[in-house]
Amino acid sequence: MDIFLQFDLPSILLGSLAALACGLLGNFLVLRKQALMGDAISHVVLPGIVIGFLFTHETSSWAMMLGAGGAAIFAVLLIELIRRIGNVEPGAAMGVVFTTMFAAGVVILEQTGTAGVHLDVEHALYGNLESAIWLDAYSLSDLWNWQVLMTLPESIKQLFVVNMLVIVFIVLFFKELKISSFDPLLSASLGFSPKWLGLSLIVMVAIAAVAAFTAVGSILVIAMFICPAATARMLTDNLKAQLFISGIASLSAGLFGYLLAAFGPGLLGYEFSVSAAGMIAVVAGLQQVLAMLFAPHYGVVMRRRRQRAHASV
Amino acid sequence: MHDRSSSGLHLLHDTDTSKTVSPQDLPFTVQGMTVAYHHKPVLWGVSYSAPKGCLTAIIGPNGAGKSTFLKAALGLIPKLSGDTKVFGAPIEKSLKRIAYVPQRSAVDWDFPATAIDVVLMGLYGQIGWFRWPSRKHRQKAMDCLKSVGMQDFANRQIGQLSGGQQQRVFLARALAQDSEVYLMDEPFAGVDAATEKAIVAVLRQLVADGKTVLVVHHDLETVRDYYSHILLLNGQHVADGPVETTFTAENLQKAYGGRLASTQLDGLSEASSA
Repeated sequence: MDIFLQFDLPSILLGSLAALACGLLGNFLVLRKQALMGDAISHVVLPGIVIGFLFTHETSSWAMMLGAGGAAIFAVLLIELIRRIGNVEPGAAMGVVFTTMFAAGVVILEQTGTAGVHLDVEHALYGNLESAIWLDAYSLSDLWNWQVLMTLPESIKQLFVVNMLVIVFIVLFFKELKISSFDPLLSASLGFSPKWLGLSLIVMVAIAAVAAFTAVGSILVIAMFICPAATARMLTDNLKAQLFISGIASLSAGLFGYLLAAFGPGLLGYEFSVSAAGMIAVVAGLQQVLAMLFAPHYGVVMRRRRQRAHASV
Repeated sequence: MHDRSSSGLHLLHDTDTSKTVSPQDLPFTVQGMTVAYHHKPVLWGVSYSAPKGCLTAIIGPNGAGKSTFLKAALGLIPKLSGDTKVFGAPIEKSLKRIAYVPQRSAVDWDFPATAIDVVLMGLYGQIGWFRWPSRKHRQKAMDCLKSVGMQDFANRQIGQLSGGQQQRVFLARALAQDSEVYLMDEPFAGVDAATEKAIVAVLRQLVADGKTVLVVHHDLETVRDYYSHILLLNGQHVADGPVETTFTAENLQKAYGGRLASTQLDGLSEASSA
């Protein structure tokens, strides 16, 4: 049990919480047809993260978070500027900004010698889920012990706070996010500026992306932004229910992704385990495939069956 | 070619000011509106004041800037010049007195929302930041759905409604906003006959309640039946005033140029003499 608590539980928590923060916000990205914004943001924040790291020399610090938020705002403004001045489509502007800023992040990372010490490119890309350990935990009762809980890895505590922020953000601005996603013109005319709401959503996305990035890496963050939301969309027509289902899908992807990665190969008789971050994304993808096939109303199977029923009538 | 007999409402381009109207009585006034998309002008110095408590059609050929006129007047798209006053106050401070019904194609109907959700959105302005709609708001939204005959579809996802039903939901949402001025962008586009009737009934009710309604309208044949006033645009202001005096073959020719066949014009002017 103590091995599970010390080594498995922290990874599960890290993966699930990372998935949850991204998965919840992903609903609004998908509804705004900005799904790739999650990907772009998770890349553009790299220079912000590196600069934040240079100030504190700590991974998972709030300075990194701040740097990332700043980088995200900078990127959004830059995309808008290039779109206007360059007269190009938003996708192209996004592409230019996100590759350039990501490249700048890599260059700073390499040049400042931080690479290979605490923050390296590989981990930035693939995450470092398995490194989370909680050595102070010995028994289940420690889960109720505040003092022991406070010894949880910093990255988990940070993700916990970020999830709280995300949930408060969504609950407070639910109505505003809904209307500005559905009908920006009406939203603007009622005094709910879609521009500011969009920007605050992007900043939240940046914060979630950075918090998740140590766990699942920036490449896999995009899966968490899109898959749970898209899965939930197949299962309901109600936005509140969609948020709830996407939350469950995110958490379960984190849980089962880790378990499959850690114990799956062992069950098959192999000695190794596979990348947990990779497995979480795979599970999230599988959930979406299952939903697309078997969702009660929108699933391919049920739609076929309805069509057949129609045809035979 | 401005109609001088239609009271003093046309202050902006009318020199006959024997009967002055104070700006507070003008529900919707646009002055010198110029808009360009990518350096190509769409609207040139359009000035217009909507007659209070009237149902006005905005008509003109495709590309005449009818929708652009509404959007720019509301400040929803950038403009080069021009300003809008609502009862004498700048538009930015009067958004709650205006309800805007966009074209149906302006939104994503796959959005996870039901008909009543969409109508509730019309009440968000009254509900205000951070607060959630109450039962009272839901009741009001339901009443608005009832007045467009859509109460049985309240919990239907909006993508599963017909085009006409979607348009009625939009209209119900505008009713929920409970404004004084209604601006509608082609509410009759692609709707069935039942919906067309329902929309006309609602428009008439609005006017009967003293609201000022402006509707971008395409079908010239129904202008005479539905509206009391028109605004003719073709990138510029062509004419405005009561239908009887303004909806003339001469004005239509001016607005549409060669795009209206002479037989069409004959048909319309015949209707005017009838």
